[in-house]
Amino acid sequence: MALKIIASMCTGCSACEPECPNVAIREKGGTFIIDPAKCTECEGQFDSPQCIAVCPVDNCIKAA
Amino acid sequence: MSLNTAYVDATQLGRSRQAVSQILETAATGCGTTGGEGKASCGTSAGPDDMPEEIWNKVKNHPCYSEEAHHHYARMHVAVAPACNIQCNYCNRKYDCSNESRPGVVSQKLTPEQAVKKVVAVASEIPQMTVLGIAGPGDALANPKKTFDTFRMLQEQAPDIKLCLSTNGLALPELADEICKYNIDHVTITINMVDPAVGEKIYPWIFWNHKRVTGIEAATILHQQQMKGLEMLTARGVLTKINSVLIPGVNDEHLIEVNREVKKRGAFLHNIMPLISEPEHGTVFGLTGQRGPSAQELKAVQDACMGGANLMRHCRQCRADAVGLLGEDRSEEFTLDKIDEMEVVYDLDKRKTYQEKVEIERQAQHAAKVAALAATKVADGVDPDMKVLIAVATEGHGKVNQHFGHATEFQIFEVSQGAALFVGHRRVDLYCQGGYGEEETLPSVVGAINDCHAVLVSKIGACPRDELMAAGIEPVDEYAHEYIEKAALSWFGNYRERVASGVVTHQLRGDAQIRQGAYSGSAEQAA
Repeated sequence: MALKIIASMCTGCSACEPECPNVAIREKGGTFIIDPAKCTECEGQFDSPQCIAVCPVDNCIKAA
Repeated sequence: MSLNTAYVDATQLGRSRQAVSQILETAATGCGTTGGEGKASCGTSAGPDDMPEEIWNKVKNHPCYSEEAHHHYARMHVAVAPACNIQCNYCNRKYDCSNESRPGVVSQKLTPEQAVKKVVAVASEIPQMTVLGIAGPGDALANPKKTFDTFRMLQEQAPDIKLCLSTNGLALPELADEICKYNIDHVTITINMVDPAVGEKIYPWIFWNHKRVTGIEAATILHQQQMKGLEMLTARGVLTKINSVLIPGVNDEHLIEVNREVKKRGAFLHNIMPLISEPEHGTVFGLTGQRGPSAQELKAVQDACMGGANLMRHCRQCRADAVGLLGEDRSEEFTLDKIDEMEVVYDLDKRKTYQEKVEIERQAQHAAKVAALAATKVADGVDPDMKVLIAVATEGHGKVNQHFGHATEFQIFEVSQGAALFVGHRRVDLYCQGGYGEEETLPSVVGAINDCHAVLVSKIGACPRDELMAAGIEPVDEYAHEYIEKAALSWFGNYRERVASGVVTHQLRGDAQIRQGAYSGSAEQAA
């Protein structure tokens, strides 16, 4: 269970990075990636995945 | 900008005029009656006599907060704040924010360390650069660590540079005290509404308390945070500028209400900017065909707000990485690779000496303006309330000193007996390309200044001269290299004489188009 950022849609704005409660997001080559080993999809932490809620591009972050 | 849109569409103008008269009617019952102690004059052109000394000291060399300063002092923005906490229908984050930046071009994002290095390099090269702003490309306060790290490091290395930031206001209340810690004395808040029902049409969502909030609830929270943040800054003595994007049919008349509400809460300046909207920007408004305002619609709303919070009329809607005087962009000279090769010596004394020289020049210009206003004639039998707009080609220093064909923008002055009021600027495509006039761009230039009676230039070729006259705009080069206000009033006096003697018949002019997209050096090359 993990989420994935579609690199071609990512604007590299970094809004998701500080919102992740698991510190699973980092920059790589101008866009951002999610470490699937750390991602919990915010289950039990928040109502909805924080990265998806803050991302300015619709459908940029999906289930891996 | 496509040349297909060079001519002003007559049907659109009909609509505009109707909208303009509606706005004026509203204004008559709106803020005009509640002007209170507000000045009728354009606040940004106010000088040292019009405000307390401590405020004058804060604004006198800030190009965005003082209309006079913007001819002499430069600013720069560093793009360290890419993240945002709200979504606006006029903004597409796939590129830069299209209202604060030229759309379609991704600016070079900087780390705070890179940003400080860049600022010091620019300040060494451009001694009149007095202000650093963080304006995005997202929201300065949605990236608090990057924003405040940049300010802190810069204060250590270049303590004379003024700091400012711009924000949508959502995170402002929680960070107001932090802002004061860094000695930031100018903050810009983008406020497009004071009614959540209007806000709902502009903001699809906000990110708030770990949730994406939509609809009227989102607009309500944003509105409350904006008002609270503004009040907190006012209470702490921070000067605020309110930016409002004029969106025809959504918030045009409503901005009069916004002006009233922000004035009540102590806003120093109100900057009403035209919506930038084209389908190719990929914004919601661009895709749904929401148009931007015409020049007269913009001016009507701005005029309706006179007497309320002071208006800024010289905004160029610059990019989040702009460098230089307003209306010019030298960011291409200061890319990261170029900075690496520069030998940077931050010489505070050299900067001070230069700025003292600039101050002397600014005072000479101010004196010329006062003298010109005092010297205007009266009682010539022509309507004493006659007002006309004129366009001026200038390279700076407050003078009519630019060739018509070299102008990438014209300054617009509203001239009447005893007054020449700066009311805005119009971007145009460069007419002269390597010494030859570009026939196709002339109609777009005419469209941009179509509401003007004359255009004052240092020089103009025979061809554009004839076409301007045919369009009813008088090309004037008699006042080359004179101070603008003096030239404007001299021309106006001469015009009135000609009207009085019957040589010309005074006629009202039409509306003009606002060219989309911020000015940039590369746009000039591509034009």
